Amino acid sequence: MIRLTEYLPLIEGVNWTPALSPETVEIEGAYVCDMLSDVMGSAKPKQAWITIMKHLNVIAVASMTGIPVIVFSKNNVPDDAVIDKATEEGIVLVSSPLSSFDLAGILYKLLAK
Amino acid sequence: MQACVAVKYSMADYWNIAPGMENALKECFSRDAEADVTLEFSIPEKDFNNAGKGSSEVKNLLKRLGVDSEVLRRIAVASYEAEINVAAHSHGGEMTSLIYDDMIHIKFIDEGPGIADIAQAMVPGYSTADDLVREFGFGAGLGLPNIQKNSDALHISSAAGESTLLEFLVFFAQ
Ligand SMILES: Nc1ncnc2c1ncn2[C@@H]1O[C@H](COP(=O)(O)OP(=O)(O)OP(=O)(O)O)[C@@H](O)[C@H]1O
Ligand SMILES: [Mg+2]
Repeated sequence: MIRLTEYLPLIEGVNWTPALSPETVEIEGAYVCDMLSDVMGSAKPKQAWITIMKHLNVIAVASMTGIPVIVFSKNNVPDDAVIDKATEEGIVLVSSPLSSFDLAGILYKLLAK
Repeated sequence: MQACVAVKYSMADYWNIAPGMENALKECFSRDAEADVTLEFSIPEKDFNNAGKGSSEVKNLLKRLGVDSEVLRRIAVASYEAEINVAAHSHGGEMTSLIYDDMIHIKFIDEGPGIADIAQAMVPGYSTADDLVREFGFGAGLGLPNIQKNSDALHISSAAGESTLLEFLVFFAQ
């Protein structure tokens, strides 16, 4: 298990939900997928969700599944309505310039330490 | 959840019920006792910004009532998948949540066009989602399997050209 704050500097992560505190978010793994039903069927609570999808429905999916943080790869930036909804639901949103592959690899290494 | 057996009673009815619980569960689907709380939402066709609101309200209410978080997650996932299916695949419909002290029964009734082959629709990966639906990240063909996996009992009644009824039960105690 790691804290989100340990991961963010390694991925040049930008936190779009400053009202939520990333230091309280604990991560035990990640699920990398852009198909929402696959995420709901297989992701687990305490996993980060790495994806390029950034419309409003991803917040509902994360909320239903118990996912605490979504990491948008390749500089995908959510719009304000999505950020507001995420803040309301307590889901941290992070953007990174890295690819989903690199984001997963870096997290995997960090967790294996 | 225990291993389940799928029982097909007719072309248009699909049931998935934990073994040995058929009668107990069928009683639940048509309970005479009034639900403690009934919530209704309408689900407009292809309105992905609003689809999910019903599930979200149900989840918040059950959370306040103190339902176990894993049970809550199962209800939320099954409900959201069903709500999205009505928005994505039908001309719109209604969601009715009946909350009792020991379980929740959620019903989705839409305005068609119905499911011609329910067994085929249940196969993981089978999807007829259109481009718009896929653009939103749906269309993996995993929604119905997720509903089955996360519910204690599932009933779907449909046919080509008719409305679809999908209802499921989840007990609060595991
Ligand atoms: N309410 C409905 N009305 C008509 N057809 C439906 C309905 N619900 C499901 N279906 C049919 O069953 C298929 C499988 O549904 P399922 O939820 O498993 O996958 P999907 O919705 O296509 O993709 P996903 O749920 O993974 O995003 C759908 O593609 C559609 O053809
Ligand atoms: Mg679906």
